[in-house]
Amino acid sequence: MSAPNKNYDPVAVSSLSPGEVSRMLDEALAAVAQAGSLEELRAARIAHAGDRSPLALARAEIGALPPEARAEAGRRVSAAQTQLKDALSRRQAELEADRDQRVLVTEAVDVTLPGDRTPPGALHPVTLLADRLSDVFVAMGYEVAEGPEVEAEWYNFDALNIPPDHPAREMQDTLFVAPSSGPGSAGGPGLPSQGSSGLVLRTHTSPVQIRSMLTRPLPLYVVSPGRCYRNEALDATHLPVFYQIEGLAVDEGLTMADLRGAIQAFVDAMFGAGLRTRLRPDYFPFTEPSGDVSMECHVCRGASTDPGADPCRVCRSQGWIEIAGCGMVNPRVLVACGIDPDRYSGFAFGLGIERALMVGHDLTDIRETVDGDVRFSRAFGMEI
Amino acid sequence: MRVPLSWLRAYAELPDPVDAAEVARRLTAAGLEVESAEPAGHDIRGVVIGQVLSIEELTGFKKPIRYCRVAVSPAQLGGDPGDASGVICGAANFAVGDRVPLALPGAVLPGAFEIGARRAYGRMSEGMICSASELAIGDDHTGILVLDPDAPLGEDFVTYARLRDEVLEIAVTPDRGYAVSVRGVARELASAFGVPFTDPARAALPGPEVLGGPLDDEGPDVWPARIEDPTACDRFVLREVRGFDPAARTPLWMRVRLARCGVRSVSLAVDVTNYLMLELGQPLHPFDRSKLHGEIVVRRARPGERLETLDHVRRDLDPADILITDASGPISMAGTMGGLSTEIDERSTDLVIEAAHFSPEGTAKMSRRHKLHSEASYRFERGADRELPLPASAKAVALLSRLGGGRIIPGCTHAQAPVEPVRVSMAADYPDRVAGVVYGRDTVVRRLRDVGCEVREGMAATAPTIAPWRADRAAGAAAPGTAEHGRHDRLIPVLEVTPPSWRSDLTDPADLAEEVIRLEGYENIPARMPRALAGHGLTARQRLRRTVGRALGGAGFVEVHTDPFASPKDSGALSLPPEDLRRPAVRVANPLSEDEPLMRTTLLPGLFRVLLRNIGRGFGDLALFETGLVFRPRPGAPSVAPILPVNRGPSVQELAALEAALPDQPLHVAAVLAGACELPGWWGPGRAASWPDAVEAAREIGRACHLSLEVRADKEPPWHPGRCAALYVLAPSPGAGANGGARAGGEAGGAGGEAGGASGEQAHEWLAGHAGELHPRVIAAYGLPARTCALELDLQVLFTAAEAAGPVRAPQLSSYPVATQDVALVVPSGVAAASVQDALEAGAGDLLEDVRLFDVYTGEQLGEDRKSLAYTLRFRAPDRTLTVAETTAARDAAVAEAARRVGAELRGG
Repeated sequence: MSAPNKNYDPVAVSSLSPGEVSRMLDEALAAVAQAGSLEELRAARIAHAGDRSPLALARAEIGALPPEARAEAGRRVSAAQTQLKDALSRRQAELEADRDQRVLVTEAVDVTLPGDRTPPGALHPVTLLADRLSDVFVAMGYEVAEGPEVEAEWYNFDALNIPPDHPAREMQDTLFVAPSSGPGSAGGPGLPSQGSSGLVLRTHTSPVQIRSMLTRPLPLYVVSPGRCYRNEALDATHLPVFYQIEGLAVDEGLTMADLRGAIQAFVDAMFGAGLRTRLRPDYFPFTEPSGDVSMECHVCRGASTDPGADPCRVCRSQGWIEIAGCGMVNPRVLVACGIDPDRYSGFAFGLGIERALMVGHDLTDIRETVDGDVRFSRAFGMEI
Repeated sequence: MRVPLSWLRAYAELPDPVDAAEVARRLTAAGLEVESAEPAGHDIRGVVIGQVLSIEELTGFKKPIRYCRVAVSPAQLGGDPGDASGVICGAANFAVGDRVPLALPGAVLPGAFEIGARRAYGRMSEGMICSASELAIGDDHTGILVLDPDAPLGEDFVTYARLRDEVLEIAVTPDRGYAVSVRGVARELASAFGVPFTDPARAALPGPEVLGGPLDDEGPDVWPARIEDPTACDRFVLREVRGFDPAARTPLWMRVRLARCGVRSVSLAVDVTNYLMLELGQPLHPFDRSKLHGEIVVRRARPGERLETLDHVRRDLDPADILITDASGPISMAGTMGGLSTEIDERSTDLVIEAAHFSPEGTAKMSRRHKLHSEASYRFERGADRELPLPASAKAVALLSRLGGGRIIPGCTHAQAPVEPVRVSMAADYPDRVAGVVYGRDTVVRRLRDVGCEVREGMAATAPTIAPWRADRAAGAAAPGTAEHGRHDRLIPVLEVTPPSWRSDLTDPADLAEEVIRLEGYENIPARMPRALAGHGLTARQRLRRTVGRALGGAGFVEVHTDPFASPKDSGALSLPPEDLRRPAVRVANPLSEDEPLMRTTLLPGLFRVLLRNIGRGFGDLALFETGLVFRPRPGAPSVAPILPVNRGPSVQELAALEAALPDQPLHVAAVLAGACELPGWWGPGRAASWPDAVEAAREIGRACHLSLEVRADKEPPWHPGRCAALYVLAPSPGAGANGGARAGGEAGGAGGEAGGASGEQAHEWLAGHAGELHPRVIAAYGLPARTCALELDLQVLFTAAEAAGPVRAPQLSSYPVATQDVALVVPSGVAAASVQDALEAGAGDLLEDVRLFDVYTGEQLGEDRKSLAYTLRFRAPDRTLTVAETTAARDAAVAEAARRVGAELRGG
C-alpha cells in the first residue's frame, strides 16, 4: 500500500511510461495469441490480466504520479487493459469453438440406441374404456355409483320387475350363490325359492340402479360401470364375466325425448358429432317402454349399405351398430324403491363395455380381454 | 318364430306385391324384430305334376329300382305310354295312376340342383320324381310325394303348391306371447301397414251344423273333465272326434305351411294340432280316447307320482307340477308335454282334443324344473289367450273331421274357474308425457283399439301411474300431496282400457303407453338434449382408484383382468392356515367350471395363472397387477337373503337384512413380479425383480393415496416368512376401516401397535396388506418361477385412511442452505432398518429435512450378528442458515435416540 507520493520520482513509475505499457500489452497479447488451449488461455489470463499481472501492478502505481500525469497514465493503462480483455474474449471464443469442434464431436453417441431398460406398464383397456365412458357422463353431470358383485336376488331381479318364474329371468342365465350353511331357504313368502341362498352373482349392473334410488336424493343422475356374470359359454363374442355400464336418470318430467337426447349426447362425445342414433322397440322388464339404440356406423357412415359398395367390417354392412338397451324406468320399479311414480319418471340405458371395445377398437375376439396377455393391455397403454 | 309371409297375408290385407324387406323393417319398428326374411320356393324350376302310367320293376340291383312312364299332359294319358317320359325311381310308395311331382330335364331343385336326362340302371331317365325333402317342404325323403288325385296334370308344381314365399324369422321378446302365432304377427303387420286384419280366431269358425250347437255348448257325450286346482288352470275344454281315419294324409297346403315354419309333418292328427297352434297360438293336445279311464281332472301332482312323457322319459313329479289326470293317474304334464300312455298312434280312431289355459307361472316352473321346454310350454309361460280354447278346439275337430273323416261329437266339455277381468285406467295424455310427444287423445284411443283394447273415454279426478292393485297406494308417500294440491277440483280426461284377452302383458298405464308409442313409431320421438346438471364429479375413492392404477402402470405394471373364481385347492396351495380369513369362500351353486366353484378371497391365484400363461407364451419378465373385489363370507351372517315386497319401498330394517346376508366385498389390489424388472441391454446386465420391488410397489400405492405406509416384518402366507413385509396405515378409529374386513394392527403380531394421532384424533393402525417374496412352497405349488414376488393390499383400508387424512397441506419451503451429515450406526442384525430410521427421525428434531439410508454393511470387523447402516441426514432451518454446531447437535441427538431405542452405536465413534 503506497501513500500519495510526494517525491516525484520518475524512475519509480517507469512502468507507467507509454513504452512500458505498450510493451506489457504486446507481451500479453502475444501470450493470448499463443495460448493453444483453454487451459493455456486461463494461465495467460492470470498472468497478464490477473491481480498480479504487470498491467494491474502498473495501475496500482498511478497514485505515485504527479496529479497532472495521473489521468493520462490511467487512460493509457485502461486502454491497454480493455484491448487485452477483448483479445482474451476473442481467443476464449475461438478456443471454445475449437474445443466444441473437436471434443464434443468425439463425445457423440448413437442416440438411436434403445433405452428401454424398464418394460412399459399399461392399464387394461376395459378399465380405460369404463373410465372414459364414465367421464362422458360425469361431464354431463351424472355421478358414478357402484355396488356389490355378489348381490341379493331382490336387487338383481324382484325390485327390477323380474318376478320369479317369469321368462325374463331366463333371458339371463344366472350364477347362483350356494347357501353358506345348511339347506338354504325353506321357500315361501318373503323367502327365495327352496334350497336357495337368495344371493346371485349379479347378471347386470341394474341392481346398482335400485341401490341408487334407495339411497340417493332425487333428482338422480348416475352411471354405474361394473362387472357382471352370466352362466354362458365363453366364445369369441360372449364372456361369462363381463363389464357393463348403465345410466339412470330419475327426475320430474323426464320423457323418451330426454332419453334420446342423453344417448345422442353420449354418442357425440364418444364418436364426434354428426352420427345419427336410432331407437327401436325392445323388451326389458325394468323399463317400459323399452328400446334398443343403434348408431350410424362411425366407420362407413352407412356407405357400405349402398349397392356395390365395399363391405364394412364394423357394422357388417348394416350401416347401423346396436350399442345399447334402454327405456323409461318401469313405474313398478319406482314403486319398489319407494319413489312416487305419479311425480317422478326416469330413463335408463346400458351397454356392454367389451362390446364397445369391439365396435370402437377393432377387437375381434372378446376373449382377449380376460386372457391376461400383457401384449393386449400394452397395446392400449395408459389412455384410450 | 318362423312364419311365411303368405300365411300372414291370409289375415292381413297387405299390398300385393309387397317388399319383404319393408315388411321386416315395419315389423321391427313395431317391436317384432325380424332377424331374417328369406325367400323360399323361388329356387325351384321345371317341376310339373305328372301321373304315373306304368311301373316296371327292375331287378338285379342292390335295391329295388323302378322304371316308370309318367304322363305330363292329358294327351299322354290316353296315348301310348312309350310316348310319355321314362323316369328311374328308387322309391316304392306310389302306384300306377298316382299323381306326382316330376322334375323334367332342365329343372332346378333347391340347392341349385339341376336335373338332366341321364342314363341310369340301363335306361334313359328323363327327369326325377321328387320327394318332399327334395322340394324343401319337409324332411321326408323315404318316399316320393304323392299328390291328391285332383292335382291338375301338367301344371307347374311350384304354382300349384304355392311354394314361392318369403319366410320371416322373428325374435319375439318374452312379453309378447301373443306374437308367437300367425294371428299375433298378422295383427301387428296389419297395424304397421294400416290395412284390415281378419282375426283367425273369429273368422271361419265351424257353425252349429258342424259342432252340433254354439261354440260353448256343452255336450253330455264328450269325455268328462273338471278343474280341481283353479290356480293351475282357469279353462279346460275337451272335444271329440270319433271314427277318424288314422291313415288319412295331411293335405299338401298344410304340409307346406308347417314346413315353412320349421315343423315336421307327423300324422294328420298331430299336424292339425300343430297347425292351429302356429296359426292361433293355442297349444292343443290329442288323447286317444280308447286309452282314457274315467273323468279327467286337472290338479297338482301328489307325492310320489310319476309320468312317462312322449319323449320316453320317466319323470318324478313335484307337488307343484300341474297335471292332467284320469282314473289311472297322471296322463299329461299340463301345457308342457303329454304322457305316453294316452298318446295317439297309427290305430287311434277316437280322439279327445284338449285345449286349455294354464297358469303361466305354473307351466314356467314345471318346464324349468324338468328342463322340458316344448312349443306348448313356451307359449303358456308367455301368457296364452284365455278366450282361445273354445274356438281353437272347434277348429281342430272341424279340420280333423273334414280331413280325416271323423264324426264330431256334439258340444264340448268346458270347465273353467272365474277370472277377474283386467281394466286399466290411464290419463289420456299419459303416453304423451312418457314419450315427450303430443299424440292427442284420438290417436291414443285409435292405437289402443288397433292393439285390440276396448277403450272407454271419461273424466276422473286422478289416474294413477300404477294400476291400483299393483301398488299399495295407502303406503305411498305422495298420495296425500296430490290430494292437497286439489286435483279433485279438476277432472282430467281418463281412458278406461280393457286389454284384449291375448295381451296379458298389458296391466299398467306404462304398458299401454308403450303400445301407443311403438305404433306411432319410436323413430318419431325427438331428441331433447340434456341440460347441465349439478353433479359432484367422481368421489375421492373413485379418483384414488384411478390414481392407484395409473401409479402402477407408470411404475411398469401391466393391468390384467382375471376371472374372479377360485379352486378349493387354492387355500392349500397358498399354505393358508386353517383359521385364515381367506379360507372361507362364497360358493357358486352352478359354477361355470366344476374346478373353480368358489369366489376368490384373494387376487393372487388369478394373477399366478395369468403370469404362467404369459410365461408360456414366451414373456418371462413380468409385472402384473389387478384391482378387483374379493369375497369374504361374514361370520354369523344369515344364510338366506329375504325377498322383499315390491309393491312399496323397503324399510331400513328390511334393507339391513339384505345387506347382512351379503358377503364382504372389499376392493383389493395385487401384483406379481417375475423375471427381470430392469432388462439387460447394451447398457449392461439387467436386474431381477426381488422382494424390495414388491414392497416399493406397495409403498407406491400408498403414495398414490398420500399415505406413508409403515413397513414391518411379518410371516403371512403365501409369502416367504423371512421376506414378507406387512404394510400398515394410520386411520381414525373405530371401525373406519372395519367394513373392509381389515385386521387391526395389534392383532398381526407386529412390533408395537402404538401410533400417534396424525390429525389430532385417536388414530389406529390398520393392516393394509403384505408384500415380498413368495414362499418357496407356494412357488412350487403353482409352478411359478423361483423368487416370484407379490403384494396384495386392501384398497378399502387405504382409501378410508386417505379420506380421513383430509386435503394435502402445502409445505413451507425454506430457501436457506442445506446442511448434510452422514452417520454409520452399528446395530444387532435383527433390528429393522425402519426402526433405526424412526429413531433417527424422532431424535433429530424439527431441523431434520430428510434421512436416507445409503449403505448396509455386514462384515467381520463388526462382529457376528451386527450390521452397519449408513445414513445421510439433511438438515435445514426455515428461517436461517444452520451453523455447524447446530447440525452436529441435531445429529448427536438423533444418534442418541437410536442408541436408546435400538442400541445403535456410532461406527468408529
